[in-house]
Amino acid sequence: MLHYLLSRLLRAAVSIIMVVTFVFVVLRMSGDPAMVIMGADAPPEAIDAFRKAWGLDQPLWIQYFSFFEAIFSGELGRSMRDGRDVLSVVLERVPSTLALTVPAFLVNLVVGVPAGVYAALHRNSLIDRCVMVMAVTGFAVPSFILAMLLVLIFSVNLGWLPSAGQDSWLNAILPIATMGFGGAALLARFTRSAMLEVLGQPYIRTASAKGLPWSAVVWRHALQNAAIPTITIIGFMLGGLVAGAVVVESVFSWPGVGRLLVISVANRDLGVVQAIVLMIAITMVAANMIVDVLYGLVDPRMHGQARPARR
Amino acid sequence: MVDTISSTVAAGGSLLARFRSLLERLNRMPILITIAVLWLVLMLAIAVSADLISPYRFTQMDLRNRLSLPVFMGGSWAHILGTDELGRDVLSRLITSIRMSLLIAFGATIIGAVVGVTLGFVAAHFRGIVEQAVLALVDFSAAIPFLVLALAVLAFFGNSLVLFVCLLGFHAWERYARIARGLAISGRMHGYAAAVHQLGASPWRLYGRHILPNIASTLIVSMTLAFPEIILLESGLSFLGLGIQPPDTSLGNMVGFGREYLSSAPWIMLAPAFVITATALCVSLLGDWLRDRLDPTLS
Repeated sequence: MLHYLLSRLLRAAVSIIMVVTFVFVVLRMSGDPAMVIMGADAPPEAIDAFRKAWGLDQPLWIQYFSFFEAIFSGELGRSMRDGRDVLSVVLERVPSTLALTVPAFLVNLVVGVPAGVYAALHRNSLIDRCVMVMAVTGFAVPSFILAMLLVLIFSVNLGWLPSAGQDSWLNAILPIATMGFGGAALLARFTRSAMLEVLGQPYIRTASAKGLPWSAVVWRHALQNAAIPTITIIGFMLGGLVAGAVVVESVFSWPGVGRLLVISVANRDLGVVQAIVLMIAITMVAANMIVDVLYGLVDPRMHGQARPARR
Repeated sequence: MVDTISSTVAAGGSLLARFRSLLERLNRMPILITIAVLWLVLMLAIAVSADLISPYRFTQMDLRNRLSLPVFMGGSWAHILGTDELGRDVLSRLITSIRMSLLIAFGATIIGAVVGVTLGFVAAHFRGIVEQAVLALVDFSAAIPFLVLALAVLAFFGNSLVLFVCLLGFHAWERYARIARGLAISGRMHGYAAAVHQLGASPWRLYGRHILPNIASTLIVSMTLAFPEIILLESGLSFLGLGIQPPDTSLGNMVGFGREYLSSAPWIMLAPAFVITATALCVSLLGDWLRDRLDPTLS
């Protein structure tokens, strides 16, 4: 188990090093970072000072290491727009984003898992068909279109809910609904197929053949085994939530990290973009590592092994 | 010699039989799949003949007919799907957008498949440190949502159509790489690969002529599954104003600009939104169906 934990930790570290390297390479390939981050019209003294501060007059490999050093001491540069430290610019937006993603994630779980389990247990029933249609639709309707349809119905036509801004908790309903639906559809589809696979296993037949009541078979044998593959997709869903937040926050003018990212990309405010990319990557790597560790805990077969590739 | 010939004939016969059974199964296509195929054929036809069938040029403005209603909402037949805020014909823009979005999706899918399969084969062939490097890259692309990665690249490099298509091409490359690597490794275990290798075939010949055809159906299935994702990704980025730039137009781009007129002229946004959804839905239905039919790793 210790070996498993250590190897996961190592892989997470490698992933983070690669993300930082990616940012470094892209930053260097796109031109003089001093000009790029400070802006072309920055005064020459400022650019010189920046070059000195970031060690841009040094050889490339020293720059590479000092880039790491700067990042891990939290010095990510200043925002082009107001000259503030990018880390605080980004961090002050985090609560707004969490206010959408955490409830949306709960909606995913609370709607998606029971729907998938129910559909699998009543295969080919009317409800199963409905769940599958919803699941496929949830994949095919991109979040920005769903968001705009919801605005069209609930804000423009019915006038029940506000379409943009962050004035009250009513503003959060439509964004959460948008993000919740897409993830729930994905999770329902995945849970259903995991559950169906488990229900076809010989040990389920054994369990019901030895006279266990069906509910006990489902609770004790099917659900616990279907939970194993389902946990792996949760790390994957986090990526979906982050990407969803980028789009949904933009549609609803919600002042979160996602909207900040889109605005910063449009304005080429590279310091902010870099900080957000690193923050998201580190969050995702950490989340995936936690998922892997959970996976190792839940599945006794996995002790001492890497888990199979996610599908 | 006779043995070889008869076994070749037998292989040919079984191939023919397999082809026939495939045709039979295609004949028993469910109605939903037929509809999906018809829709996709329609989209392809529109994309190919875009210049011929669009009633106006997609940039042509008619400032006296701004925001005119589509026919089904009581508008005139001059603009069947209405006009936008500059009086441009929505139908013409839709047709041009379909061509642009399909072109991007095709290009990006092919780039992704080529890059992924090549890296997968390279990993399977060299093993050792090369394989570890490829797997680390796979891990890296799983570590960060592709949308965010794409946004970062667009921020640093600015935007151009070529860069945009290449960028989208990197979506899902890791899936092909994983499949190609796994199947190539298991393919090498089979007798045929060892035989070809022993006969002195170059790695190019071994992978290109022998292993690739054997894993083609799995790859085609993953391509049909990645295609709608690329359509959605492209439209998402264009919707955010970071993909296709005006005066060019794509489906996501139309939805993005239609958003400003959501309350007064929802038709600008509804037509492309419908096309995006229907196309993504049809390709993924078809992909799921193909996977059930063709993918040998499933049965």
